[in-house]
Amino acid sequence: MSSPKEQDKHKGSKGEVSRRGFLEVTSAGGAAAATVVLDQPAGAQSRTQAGARIAGPGPVAITLNVNGKMLKVSVEPRETLLDTLRGPLDHTGAKRVCDRGTCGACTVMMDGKSVYSCTVLAIDAQGSKIETVEGLTADLKNDALVNAFVEHDAQQCGYCTPGFMVAAKMLLKETPKPTYAEVKAGLSGNLCRCGTYVGLRNAVLGAAQGGRA
Amino acid sequence: MAEYKWPAMAERSWIGKRVSRLDGPQKSGGRAKYGSDMNPAQLLHGAILTSPYAHAKINSIDTSAAKASPGVTAVITIEDAGKEIQWEGTIIAAVAAETEAQARDAARKIKVDWQVLPHLVQDDDLGKAGSRAKPAGEKIQGDPDAAKTGAAFRMSGEYGIPVLTHCCLEPHGQVIQWKGDEIVSWSSTQSVSNYAGDLGGQIEVPATAIKVHQDHIGGGFGSKFQSDQWGAFCAQLSKQSGGRPVKFFLDRNVELMIAGNRPSHYAKITLGADNAGKITLWESDSWSSGGFAGGNIPPIPYVFTKIANQRLSHNAVSTNNGPQRAWRAPNHPQASYLTCAAIDDLAAKMGKDPLEVFLANFDLTARGDAYTRQLKKAAKLIDWAGNWKGRGKNRQGHIAHGLGIGVATWGGAGHDSRATARIHPDGTVELECGTQDLGTGTRTIMTQVAAETLGLPMDAIRLKIGENAYPPSGASGGSTTAGGVSSSTRIATTDVLNLLFEQLSSSLDNTPAANLEARNGRIQVKGNPAKGMSWREACRKLASPIEALGHNNPRNPRGLNTGGAAGVQVAKVSVDTETGVVTLDKIVAVQDCGLILNPKTAESQVYGAMIMSVCGALYEERIVDELTGRMLNADMEFYKLAGAPDIGEMVVEMEIDPENDARGVIGLGEPPVISGIAAIGNAVANAIGVRVPMVPLTPRRVLDAMNGNGRIS
Repeated sequence: MSSPKEQDKHKGSKGEVSRRGFLEVTSAGGAAAATVVLDQPAGAQSRTQAGARIAGPGPVAITLNVNGKMLKVSVEPRETLLDTLRGPLDHTGAKRVCDRGTCGACTVMMDGKSVYSCTVLAIDAQGSKIETVEGLTADLKNDALVNAFVEHDAQQCGYCTPGFMVAAKMLLKETPKPTYAEVKAGLSGNLCRCGTYVGLRNAVLGAAQGGRA
Repeated sequence: MAEYKWPAMAERSWIGKRVSRLDGPQKSGGRAKYGSDMNPAQLLHGAILTSPYAHAKINSIDTSAAKASPGVTAVITIEDAGKEIQWEGTIIAAVAAETEAQARDAARKIKVDWQVLPHLVQDDDLGKAGSRAKPAGEKIQGDPDAAKTGAAFRMSGEYGIPVLTHCCLEPHGQVIQWKGDEIVSWSSTQSVSNYAGDLGGQIEVPATAIKVHQDHIGGGFGSKFQSDQWGAFCAQLSKQSGGRPVKFFLDRNVELMIAGNRPSHYAKITLGADNAGKITLWESDSWSSGGFAGGNIPPIPYVFTKIANQRLSHNAVSTNNGPQRAWRAPNHPQASYLTCAAIDDLAAKMGKDPLEVFLANFDLTARGDAYTRQLKKAAKLIDWAGNWKGRGKNRQGHIAHGLGIGVATWGGAGHDSRATARIHPDGTVELECGTQDLGTGTRTIMTQVAAETLGLPMDAIRLKIGENAYPPSGASGGSTTAGGVSSSTRIATTDVLNLLFEQLSSSLDNTPAANLEARNGRIQVKGNPAKGMSWREACRKLASPIEALGHNNPRNPRGLNTGGAAGVQVAKVSVDTETGVVTLDKIVAVQDCGLILNPKTAESQVYGAMIMSVCGALYEERIVDELTGRMLNADMEFYKLAGAPDIGEMVVEMEIDPENDARGVIGLGEPPVISGIAAIGNAVANAIGVRVPMVPLTPRRVLDAMNGNGRIS
């Protein structure tokens, strides 16, 4: 059920450590790094002797590049990009469903690659170009993929739909004329409960054939 | 007396057309706002502490550290010392704090001293249930003993279908603000009009003081009818935090543990038939569990209710698991699976094609003609004649192919619904109704009906739903919404149009209202389109807005809606006999559903329901560990749903014809979700030559069955 691209989603796009990556590191014997972070006084950002950047554990001021705008926000270092987008930044298109990198409802693009924003720490997203579903469909009325989703009724309750929209944008960016098998694989990193896959598959194929997505 | 009947099929402008859902762009672009998206000013966040045990007694609770935790504004104890809790995930205490992280930190600091008690969490083995199994009586019809002795063919088998969770993608929860005497709720509910009364009853506040808003809901499937304990404690947290709004939605793991599930059903079934293949005997010993309260009696024999001789007994098993809730077509998918699997096994025992056996017994159903017609259509669409071979006889190398049948029945008549239609002197039209759009397309069909009745384009209708300030309309459950709101809309718009006609009569040579019509944006004399005026011109003659309240009374639906949907699904599968992996190649649904308001969204309902059936047949089940009493897959990695590549080809055949159309509107949420599991299960049995008794049909269960070890527990 997983595509190669899905694997990319588990990592921050710039090779920085995502939440899942962090867990992998610590389970491989990197627990000392975590201890250093927790030993720092609240609110501090400093560097260790080795030069590693330390943040938190209290709130830290960061700036995120979201849909082309530089947004300042105060977050705890443990806060995910998803929760930062949905909460203080009020970009609620990305949804929190599984909150652990399975369902894809939180998918956004970071530096042009789709990622599960629940597996990225907000502080790790600094310096990256973040595009949410709102930004990727800024011209809502004239967006060919949005129109294809509507035409092929690729949504019911709609809670998973924004995640599928970002995944579909990513698919068509990398593979503008996908085969049916490529469409299925490209959407395999996302889950829907209402069962909209028939409409989704047809919408992505339809938009690709239209050559405008 | 106004005439409300639906316009003739050939004369419709909007009803019955493939109109795209109106909120599609908002949803696709992530602009649609759900309760969980609301971020009102001064928002606080809730978090909870839940029971890690399936059965335990609370010796003591200490919330002092939580109250002193940074950012905390309120702490509420929900279960007190001395309380015996009966399932994992029971909410013990709740906290509100400035940030979600602070709320979680505080909840973790609540200390509970537990006395752990013995539990039962698995329900598949009735022998292990002991006193937790409660006999629910025996029913005898005809002479089952004589039928058993006299049967030319007899088949005995056992079948099981486990507990599923609703797994709504938007978890249960709400944002609530209780400030002064007024409460405002942005909830995730299937019942906008009834939410305030339900919440008010819990917290002793009059329903009139509670405002409910909901533009969109991220899935309900029958689990979101109530305001729930989280509605109540979220309101209390808000009140105790000085009236600041509080957001609380369940985490995924707790959502899967306590926010609703579909009960299990198990049965040992014996069928008897005569030489001609007519079923003469049904015997079943069944049991089920929907949590601590026990389980429902499945409606078996399903659809084939007229089997002459029957003996049924049932046990309800109480387990230490979260409680069941209504799950899309309650008990029907389970009953369809149990019944259709047994009939399929009977056909195998007789050495007959199950298609012939189903057809030969449809006179034992309430709608034999419909099922016969539908199964013949479905068989053609899947090329049954060309593809079917006897059990285990259709192999190409290690891949086995098979076909299977499932049948369904449902009611789906419209619920009690009120809607107000209002025409303003500037020509604008409002339609208000306290209903909700679950993603079924409710907004779209209401607008189609209003535009149809008023002879206007759809964008001329300003539809307002999702608030309890609007006229009350029933909860969206049981496929009752389409019939309810389409009828109340039709009545309201017809009546308000008649008011307009009456006011225009003097301007049109005193033409009686009955001789006027609204068409193509004009009010005109019937049969004389030239004599009339534009809609705007007509409305300008109004001194003030006019309005009418339409009411769908379920006891007198005026022919606008009715109940009684029949459906047949047929599945084609491939099974890898080396790995046990089942692939759904194709599934066909033939569905009657009265007057179809919108074929596009109707088909989406059927596709979605079939995909849910694929999940239930092949992937999803709640797995609980008897040793620890804990749910092992309270997440979305191991609580498996089908993905886009897993669903095969899907064919939907809606029966749209004058005869079905004349029945009026019938809801479509439940009917197509019923028979898919049976069809897929039977197709796998046909492919591999033996029954896999327990669904979902995981590779291990398939291989076990092929090795002669198929079992339900």
